[in-house]
Amino acid sequence: MAIIELDNVSKVFPRAHRGAAPVSAVEDVTLHVEEGQIAGVIGYSGAGKSTLVRLVNGLEKTTSGTVTVAGTTITGLPERRLRQVRLGIGMIFQQFNLLSSRTVWGNIAYPLQIAKVPKAKHRERISELLHFVGLADKAHSYPDQLSGGQKQRVGIARALATSPKVLLADEATSALDPETTRDVLRLLKKVNAELGVTTVVITHEMEVVRTIADRVVVMERGRVVEDGSAFDVFAHPQHATTKRFVGTLVADVPTGAALESLRANHTGRLVTLSFRDDSLPQSEAFAELIAGGIGFELVHGGMEDVQGRSFGNLTLALRGRDSAIDLALIRLRAKVPTTEVG
Amino acid sequence: MDRLVELQPLFWQSTLETLYIVGITLAFGGVGGLVIGVALYVTRRGGILANAPVSVGLNLLVNFFRPIPFVIFIGAVQPLARLVVGIGIGNKAIIFALSLAAAFGISRIVEQNLVGVDPGVVEAARAMGAGRPRIIFGVLIPEALGPLVLGYTFVFVALVDMSAIAGVIGGGGLGNFALVYGYRQFNPAVTWGAVVAIVVIVQVAQFAGNLLARKVLRR
Repeated sequence: MAIIELDNVSKVFPRAHRGAAPVSAVEDVTLHVEEGQIAGVIGYSGAGKSTLVRLVNGLEKTTSGTVTVAGTTITGLPERRLRQVRLGIGMIFQQFNLLSSRTVWGNIAYPLQIAKVPKAKHRERISELLHFVGLADKAHSYPDQLSGGQKQRVGIARALATSPKVLLADEATSALDPETTRDVLRLLKKVNAELGVTTVVITHEMEVVRTIADRVVVMERGRVVEDGSAFDVFAHPQHATTKRFVGTLVADVPTGAALESLRANHTGRLVTLSFRDDSLPQSEAFAELIAGGIGFELVHGGMEDVQGRSFGNLTLALRGRDSAIDLALIRLRAKVPTTEVG
Repeated sequence: MDRLVELQPLFWQSTLETLYIVGITLAFGGVGGLVIGVALYVTRRGGILANAPVSVGLNLLVNFFRPIPFVIFIGAVQPLARLVVGIGIGNKAIIFALSLAAAFGISRIVEQNLVGVDPGVVEAARAMGAGRPRIIFGVLIPEALGPLVLGYTFVFVALVDMSAIAGVIGGGGLGNFALVYGYRQFNPAVTWGAVVAIVVIVQVAQFAGNLLARKVLRR
């Protein structure tokens, strides 16, 4: 069942000043996120992904289309009702946005106060959350005494305080170093796995998407240009933007300068084998080459793992009699997508 | 110097009067300024109660009163003082005029300090489902409290300065004391006695303000 439903949603910001054009941040987006899913929304800055996520909790109002969260249509909902809905949607931010005047404890207590949770229950809930995010010893620290990763953990604990069904992460790791990013992503995964919280992760980093997303949504100029399971998007990117994003992590069939450099440094015919988990295993492909008396060398590419399934593009330099290579390529092509690049 | 010793009871009374005038003014003007300042901030474009007509109106009002020199302001609001506090002269009238002037001045200081609060924190509070009063009293004011304390300290010092011309409409205090018994009677020792008292008041106030701000900011 879809817990977040965006149907034909558009958002146009009025022109900022005289002479400027109105900005169309989100254009006709239809997106249904299934309960329990981690959806990664990726795009370059200005693609509309931050606006999109703010339409989900009503921080921004849609210009057209409808937004439904956990069965409640929030489009057109008065502010009072919207506040009630927001208690069920947690949100974390790139700059953490913690209250600097309150301790870690006070920050987590804030949403409990909003939700009118009786004060007697605060202690138990807050210490439970602090243990969950691994910050039990920092309860009485102020945000400016914490590292970036710790601040985001507080942000996560705060977002989870009212036991939301949905968590929105707006560039939640973009201000963190790679090591801390991994820790925070691991925590988000734990939130999803142990608490069943449906998560929407906004990012411009493909690594973030690869690490935690079940599903990838690619946005460009306010539109969704590609949407699919993480494995499919990584293994078979369709749109040019998606290919560029995937290319930041996965070596593709070499072209341009990369190909020039390979040609200059290696002799033999260059061939790219695109292994997918439904294609021939690598060992059999190599056996085929060996059987044909062909010498080979791996010169480019590598294997990747997404959602426990592996794929990759391996570029080999083949040496041997041309006729033997031609024969081997015919046999390989039948079982694995093969591109001769030069 | 002998004259100052002679005037000692009056000197102490004037000191108390100054503290009384400034203290009451800071309370009334401070609350008024906080209300107007918060209103200025929340009605700005993109604010949590964005409202262009109210914002423009408030700005016009504040900008109308702020540039009036205080010595003229006292006379100008005299009819209003009679209406509100029942009398147009004396300490009551001066407290009224001073509170009004202070409210408009303080409102700008409050607005400035609220503008300095990270908008992301306000957004986070909205995302958590906080209503406007909770955002104002639970986020905006506590987040800006350090600079606000320093701002109010600044206003306290300015009020000590402004209260010195209370004598114009028959108010008391150290300013009046210095003018009447020092300046007009050619007695610099008396004038300087008042100066020293004012300097001491200002120093103590600034020290206390800094201490409080440091406590609030934890640095």
